[in-house]
Formats: sequence, structure tokens, C-alpha cells
Amino acid sequence: MREWTCAAISEGRHRLRLLKAAVFLACLAPLAALFARGLGVGGATLGANPVEFVLHALGKWGLNFLLLTLAVSPLRAIIGRAWPLGFRRMLGLFAFFYATLHLLCWLVLDQGLYLQGIAADIAKRPFITIGVLAYLLLVPLAVTSTDRMLRRLGRRWKTLHRLVYAVVLLGVWHYYWLVKADVREPLFYLAMTLLLLGWRVRTRLRRTCP
Amino acid sequence: MPTTRPRSGHSARIASSELTPQSVWLRRREFVLAGLAAGLLPGVLRAAPDGAGLSYTRNARYGAGETPNSYEDITTYNNFYEFGTGKEDPARRAGRFRPAPWSLRIEGEADRTGVFALEDILRPHPLEERVYRLRCVEAWSMVVPWVGFPLADLLRRFAPTSRAKYVAFTTAAIPEQMPGLAYRVLDWPYVEGLRIDEAMHPLAFVATGLYGQPLPNQNGAPLRLVLPWKYGFKSIKSIVAIRFTATQPPTSWNRAAPREYGFYANVNPAVDHPRWSQARERRIGAGVFGARRPTLAFNGYAEEVASLYAGMDLRRHF
Ligand code: HEM
Repeated sequence: MREWTCAAISEGRHRLRLLKAAVFLACLAPLAALFARGLGVGGATLGANPVEFVLHALGKWGLNFLLLTLAVSPLRAIIGRAWPLGFRRMLGLFAFFYATLHLLCWLVLDQGLYLQGIAADIAKRPFITIGVLAYLLLVPLAVTSTDRMLRRLGRRWKTLHRLVYAVVLLGVWHYYWLVKADVREPLFYLAMTLLLLGWRVRTRLRRTCP
Repeated sequence: MPTTRPRSGHSARIASSELTPQSVWLRRREFVLAGLAAGLLPGVLRAAPDGAGLSYTRNARYGAGETPNSYEDITTYNNFYEFGTGKEDPARRAGRFRPAPWSLRIEGEADRTGVFALEDILRPHPLEERVYRLRCVEAWSMVVPWVGFPLADLLRRFAPTSRAKYVAFTTAAIPEQMPGLAYRVLDWPYVEGLRIDEAMHPLAFVATGLYGQPLPNQNGAPLRLVLPWKYGFKSIKSIVAIRFTATQPPTSWNRAAPREYGFYANVNPAVDHPRWSQARERRIGAGVFGARRPTLAFNGYAEEVASLYAGMDLRRHF
């Protein structure tokens, strides 16, 4: 993969564009897999509780893409090449995409747009309040992801997009709070998050006090 | 399918005197023959799950107007943390579990205590089928055609003393057969308990089968409780011990999170779990577009059981 990718870059923009298209399609694979299960392709199913299955899968992929987005900078530093940066925006937008589907799944399929229940859950269930907060913080990042916005915001763009650190921590917290007793997986996500954020702290410290 | 069986509770399929483990065992051969016939006549008996069927009568008092969930849903979507915390884990990982031979330890405030072989425990009890709603504390529900007998009939045989105010139950904890035990998500073994009047209530049921078949491992083989007016975690599975006690026994989920799970755990749409609403539930099998339905007090069994809790503050005793 790495050699191939390096070759692609040396061969120019055309190969990179092809690669981006491939990654784009790969990012849609989790959604396609849900549809395939829903349609019973190859005997696969969404299980006995399909709404829960879809809700959880979409939430999980939202978090996965957030972590992938955070992994771009460390990857660039480790391999010493800039090409991973070319994928960061796409990965971030896919995090937003899956989080949005997760939210819609909850509103429409799980709650059946029952507004009273939705309002009560957001107000009374801390894990939902935190999920909503994480989502609301993600919205401005998605909105300002265009080249135009990047130019317009200048230095402030970078500051604004540091919000993603808060979003991922809130997302993990949301996950930790919603499991009944088995916290192993949320803790795994927490470990990954702390690893990725810790790397940033470390590089920052190295830069300021060498 | 249960709906095609005789609806009257009195029309026994076979005489109750025949209902000994031995006769069930003998009937196995008939089922083998039936299975062969099914192979020759495709579509005739295919709908029922494989294996030796149980002999039982249908109790028509329960389940009128309810459509049972599919055998597939009931046996693949389970909370049985001894086999893992995922809903599909029990179906996937309970294969090594051996529900036979089995024995039951009876202890505490009763005249007849000791260790009893499962066959001796089951022998006197004619089996009946009851279609009960099952409401999980996670706000989903199912309808299950259980086969078993009233818990009261079992408990009375041990002659509990007047000091027996509660009954405590314990689930098996066999690490080599139950891979979920390797992770201490709960304080093993799993324990549950009831007030004696709850345990003696006619709705309280011991299940040894479902859909006319012996209980699959993931559903709590070889015997489990079914308490349809309480959240599912009260219906303890794969029971190895019953103890009559004078004081309220500890219960696993209450010990793990006392703010979230009470001793009584009666289905109550008015008292939310701190992390989710109990007002509405999702009926398994309703599909991706199935709407939630309102949850009923005592899971719809209020008429039968509400009097057990007369005068109690159910917000405090949740
Ligand atoms: C927009 C507001 C949000 C709402 C209303 C919401 C709601 C929910 C609900 C109801 C569940 C299932 C809980 C259960 O079954 O007990 C869930 C699970 C989950 N959510 Fe969210 N969520 C939101 C935002 C997010 C965000 C922003 C993320 C991360 C990017 C996220 C990640 C997850 C994860 C990882 C799970 C668990 C999946 C699993 O158990 O496999 N959610 N969410």
C-alpha cells in the first residue's frame, strides 16, 4: 500500500485523484454493508433488533472516522511525507456524515419522531445530552470545511478546527456512559483517543522546549 | 406453531401420568421417526426447530392476541453475560455448556433441603405452555411461548418454614463452559431473589422449554425463571441453587448499580432508568420501521400482580 501510494504521488495528480476516489468509496463501504444486510444479501441480516444494529453501527463509524481523522497528522510525521493530509478533510466529513446518519436513525427509526420523548431524552439522559453536544460541535467544522472557508478564516480556521479534540472526547464519553456494564470497548476507544491526543501534546512540548 | 395447537387448557395432548422424563425420552424415538418423515415430506414438519419435543398442554389463559416472536429471534438475541455481553454472544458461545447431568441445591428455611437431581426435581410437574410477554430493562420486548410449570408448585415441595420470607436463586458458574465468566462484568455467580409471595404467585413460572423444545443453552437451560411482570434480568437462567431466607437476598444487577436496578424491578413506565426512558419499548421482530409501543404497568399483568405491592411506593422500591 505504502509503496504503491508513493508511486502514485510521484506519478502525479492523476493517480492521487484515483486513489481519493477509491478511498471515498471505501468510506462508503460501512453504509453499503448496512444496506446489504438490510436487503439480506448473501443471507446476512440486521439481527433481531435491526434499529439498534443500525444505530450502533452508525455511531461506531462516526467515532471510527473521527479517530482516523486524528490519525492523519501522526501518520504524516511518522512517514515523513505530506500525502496523508490530502485525505484528512474527506475523513472528517465522513465522520460528520456517519454522525448525521446516527442522529437521523435515532430521531426517525428509534424515536419515530416522537418529539416529547426526544426532548425528554436530550434533557434527562446525560449520555444523549453529551452526544448532541458532540454533534453540535461537529457542525461548524463541517460547514467550514470548504476551501473558501479555509481561506476566509485564515489562522482562525486552525483554532476552530481544534474543536475536533473536544468532539472526539465527548463522543467517547457518550459511548462510555451508554453501555450497561461492559466498558471494555469504550475504554479501548478512550485509549486510542488519548494516544492520538497525547502524541500532539508531546510534539507540542518538544517544539516549545527542545 | 403454538397458535395451531388446541386452545383449551384442559385438552391434554397425552395423559399427565405419562409425563415423566422417561416417557419424554421414549418419545424421542417417535420424533426421530417424525424427523425422517419430514425429510421425505418436505415442508411438513420443517417449520418446527429440530430435536426432541416436550409433552405439554397449552395454557390458554396467557398470551391471547399476542404473536410469539420467531424461534430465531428468541434464541439469537439474548442477555446472558456468562456467555458474553453481546446480544449474539450467548447463541454463538453457549455450545460447550452442558445442561445435563444437572442438580439443584435447595437450602435455607425449608424442611426439605439437599441436593436433588434435575430428573427428580422435574418428575412430578406436568408441563404447560404459556405465552408471556418479556420486557427487558433495555426497553425492548418479545413474546415467548415458554414450556414449564408454576414456580409455586416447585417451591411448595420443599416445605418452606414460616421464617422463609424471601427466595434466592443462583445461576451456574462453570468457567470451562461459560466463557463470559472470564470477564468480571458482574460479581459471579449471578444471583437473583424474590419475596416469597412474589415467588408463590401463579404467574411466576419455571421454564424448561420454549416453542415445545427443551430450552436452548443460551435461553437458560436446563431450567430458568420467567417472571413476566418484571424486567428480564429478574428471570434468572440455568439455576443451580434455591435458598429460602428470612432477609432480602442480594441481587446481581442491584449490587452492580444500585441506583439503576432495584430489588423489585417491576416493569414500570413511570419510573425511568437513569440512562433511558421506560415509557416506550421496541418489540423485537417489528423490523426497521416498527414503531415503539407504550410500556404497560407491570408489563400488562397489573390485574394479576398489582396487589402484591399494595401500599408500596414503587418509585422508591423500583
Ligand atoms: C447527535 C446526537 C446523538 C444522539 C442523540 C445519539 C444517540 C445514541 C443512542 C441512543 C445510542 C444507543 C444507546 C443504546 O443503545 O443504549 C448511541 C450509541 C452510540 N453513539 Fe451516539 N448519539 C449522538 C451522537 C453521537 C456522536 C457525535 C458520536 C461519535 C461520533 C456517537 C457515537 C456513538 C457510539 C460509538 C455508540 C455506541 C455504538 C455501539 O454500542 O456499538 N454518537 N448514540
